Amino acid sequence: MNPQIAGNPPVATPYFFYGLAAIMIIGGILVITRKNAVHSALALITTLLAQAALYLMLYAPFVAGVQIILYAGGIMVLFLFVIMLISIERAEKERQFNKQWLVGIAAAAALGGLFITVYTATTKGRVLFPEGRTSYVDMQNTQGIANLLFDQHGGTYMFAFEIASLLLLVAIIGAVVMAKKRI
Amino acid sequence: MTDPRSLSPLDLDTPDKTFLDANELVINMGPQHPATHGVLRVILRLDGEKVLGLECVIGYLHRGVEKIAENRTYTMFNPYVDRMDYVAAVSNGLGYCEAVERLLSVEAPPRAQYIRVILTELNRIASHQLWLGTHALDIGAITPLFYTFRDREEILKIFEKYCGARLTTHAFRIGGLQYEAYDGFERDVKNFVSFVKPKIDEYEELLTTNRIWLERTKGVGVISGKDCIALGVTGPVLRASGVKWDIRKAQPYANYKNFDFEIPTGENGDTYDRYIVRMIEMRQSLRIIEQAVEGIPEGPIMAKVPKVMKPPVGEVYHSIEAPKGELGYFIVSDGSTQPYRVRVRPPSFVNLQALDLMCRDQLVADVIAVIGTLDIVLGEVDR
Amino acid sequence: MHALVQYIESYLSSDKTPGTAGNWFWATVYVLLVFVGLSIAVIAMNWLERKILAHMQVRLGPMRVGPHGLLQPIADALKLLLKEDIIPDGADKVVFWIAPFIVVLAAFTVFVVVPFGPTHAITDMNIGILFMLGVSSLSVLGIVTAGWASNSHYPLIGALRSSAQMVSYEVAMGLAVVSAILMTSLNESSTGTLSMIGIVEAQKAQGEWFLFKFFPLGIIAFAIFAIAMVAETNRAPFDLPEAESELTAGFHTEYSGFRWSLFFLAEYSAMIAVSSIAVTLWLGGWLRPFPNLLHGTTWDLAFSFIPGIAFLLLGAMCFYNTARMPKHPLFKIQTIGLAGFGAVLALIGLVMFLPPVRERVGDIFWFSAKVAGFMYLYIWYRGTFPRYRFDQLMKVGWKVLLPTGLALLICTALWAMRSEVWTQVVVPVGMGFADFVRRLL
Repeated sequence: MNPQIAGNPPVATPYFFYGLAAIMIIGGILVITRKNAVHSALALITTLLAQAALYLMLYAPFVAGVQIILYAGGIMVLFLFVIMLISIERAEKERQFNKQWLVGIAAAAALGGLFITVYTATTKGRVLFPEGRTSYVDMQNTQGIANLLFDQHGGTYMFAFEIASLLLLVAIIGAVVMAKKRI
Repeated sequence: MTDPRSLSPLDLDTPDKTFLDANELVINMGPQHPATHGVLRVILRLDGEKVLGLECVIGYLHRGVEKIAENRTYTMFNPYVDRMDYVAAVSNGLGYCEAVERLLSVEAPPRAQYIRVILTELNRIASHQLWLGTHALDIGAITPLFYTFRDREEILKIFEKYCGARLTTHAFRIGGLQYEAYDGFERDVKNFVSFVKPKIDEYEELLTTNRIWLERTKGVGVISGKDCIALGVTGPVLRASGVKWDIRKAQPYANYKNFDFEIPTGENGDTYDRYIVRMIEMRQSLRIIEQAVEGIPEGPIMAKVPKVMKPPVGEVYHSIEAPKGELGYFIVSDGSTQPYRVRVRPPSFVNLQALDLMCRDQLVADVIAVIGTLDIVLGEVDR
Repeated sequence: MHALVQYIESYLSSDKTPGTAGNWFWATVYVLLVFVGLSIAVIAMNWLERKILAHMQVRLGPMRVGPHGLLQPIADALKLLLKEDIIPDGADKVVFWIAPFIVVLAAFTVFVVVPFGPTHAITDMNIGILFMLGVSSLSVLGIVTAGWASNSHYPLIGALRSSAQMVSYEVAMGLAVVSAILMTSLNESSTGTLSMIGIVEAQKAQGEWFLFKFFPLGIIAFAIFAIAMVAETNRAPFDLPEAESELTAGFHTEYSGFRWSLFFLAEYSAMIAVSSIAVTLWLGGWLRPFPNLLHGTTWDLAFSFIPGIAFLLLGAMCFYNTARMPKHPLFKIQTIGLAGFGAVLALIGLVMFLPPVRERVGDIFWFSAKVAGFMYLYIWYRGTFPRYRFDQLMKVGWKVLLPTGLALLICTALWAMRSEVWTQVVVPVGMGFADFVRRLL
């Protein structure tokens, strides 16, 4: 563990990790197996919250907070908003899965293969990420992110950040144009 | 404005057409609902919160008042009319008594006329106060209700002292009054007038210039004077749409022609204008009361009326300006002791028919505001 | 044994919150204290709201259960607990069951970071204010699912309204909060903070509550937040989700008994939570009023007596009303009860004069007093205003508060950076323009 971290060292970290991971996996499975869309959405929210907790364990409280505000508090509410208006009786009669097993298995296998490669490679001692990720301890996490984004001498990711926000703006305008027949 | 006669009734049986047809929602408001003023049931067809159309289902309070009349003598039926518009029982009694008096060709003596006017106008204020309190409550202002009820209490106290009853007063008799005004009646009424004048200012302070109140009432439930006339809407609703029609002036009954008062009218026919019109009406009623209480003449309180009333064969339609609009009684006599037919033209029932027109393309919240502003009493709608 | 005592004592004069200090014992004690305190505050709010509203409306309010109805909330709570637990037949049982718990959890969890004093918070988080906004925004999930699970039209419309309302007012609220956070960065290292304690400390360091900072920008930000927070907690005049006259009781129409009381609890604790945010961000948190005008040790001492005096006054009020109680044997128990209550209050007041207590409770008292002011405002609004219509509510949120908030944020940023803006933008551009004009001539 990082000795610089303020306060006491965290307790029972692996158990929390396994617990949260289990919640996420169970939530993820429930999302695709529930026929009732609202139940799926609730399972997805659980998954997202568990993910936020994982971020906290990684000493990224800012990301965790943003995860809760944006995904669990914002986007999922809009999801629920739409889902609630769908007639459930009808939804339960619809066929649940598309017959795309082949593509699905291929994608899952590729992702699994990637994870296994990374895991075996790191255990063998190979350095996959040569730069080394800058780790920001708990107390300065938010300020650290701010420095990365908006440092006075041109933050490393400022351009990418601005491009992303521009993309979002385009998406918002596009949504308005598509939804409104007459502006 | 669309022609009110062209509105088609709701098509409530069409099922949802598509999987994602989330637009239309049929919602049943009432008969158990806090804001439908009793047992009105409104079936709303909504697009989101926008009202596509609505249908009133009435009759939950039907007691067959008109049928009862056919099996009672003229005198026995008199208390029943109080049970129609129970918040303005005095006006109901006045309309019925005057209708039968016209059938009998008698006229109440002047003293009785003056006391009748005083009580009826007090009742108009009480009715408007009750309307204001509940209407404001519907729009979310909970405090005016308690203020208006506090002040309405003073009116009910006068009624109680006069005839023993507070709500269903049965204050008048055919041919005049049963009771002489009690000692101190005039003083009580004068005290009430000076008591309630600042109170009306108090209500207005809370509401008239309140931004939220303005936004909730201006341009809501608009109805034009033409549509009002087409639908037979009367009372403050009609006057707020700019039509200067008040039966007290147009076809003076009792002795209203002796008094000096004005008929307030609105311009836009929206909820706010109706609110203003009613507020001014309260003040005008106070004016009438002030004049009447100054001029009560001495004399008898009952005209000569036979003990057993057998009006000559014939029919009569007599209408008065009740707090809610034109209240008419159509009585057919076959010469016996019991009326052959009594038909009541209740203002609430007729005004309620405008609800659909006033609510189209408005929001659910406006339906509540419009029901409130129509000032209906279900006892009168269903009879 | 000695070690345990030492462990417990270890925190008493610490300058950190128990969470930051990693002191598990005190953290647990604080969690319990906050939970109990919050429950008592909600119960007191229930009584106060009914009483104050009643007096605004020329009536008496609860008078029967206990002296002046003091035991009414307890009687209500008992009634709610003993009520039959009804789940409607067509309801989605699991979701119907979970929904109130989501709301209560969200409403209570935010108090983890509320700073009642420099060391009186459960913990101090680096993302404090973000955490509060994030977790309190989760309560909308509970409301939406409650409305949906009831399988009834009125709750569904109530839920739709509240989700739309809360999501849209969160935006304006966030902008106001950001402009306050900008002000925390006005120090030598020019690094701001999101920590709740850090925000109050920044106000202390700058010697000015953010309410008065950059007049009138601070006040405008506060006003935006004060409006948005009423909408966020679904209270009058923005109480459309539970508009009685339109939707009977909105999203909790189908709820009764214990589950309903959970919604009630959550609503009131959410009100306290957003008020604490407002107090922390703009009203100097636990700092006492007039730190600049009336400073010095004498004034500090004088202000440290105020908590005790306030409790003594409450006790005196109780004794005055005890004297006014009817002298009928039927009222004997009530009279004794009221006198006893007054005695307890007065005793608390006296204890608060003791120097060790006095030094420690001052910050908690000032924080609670400021929050109580907001609670009174909530009741006052409810007694005064009619209810907005849904589209008007959206109009206020999106067309008034949001643009104002954006403009305010830009203005605050420009004003905070005014010397840089002047030397790096205005002067060069002006010089360039002057040069251009000179060449043109």
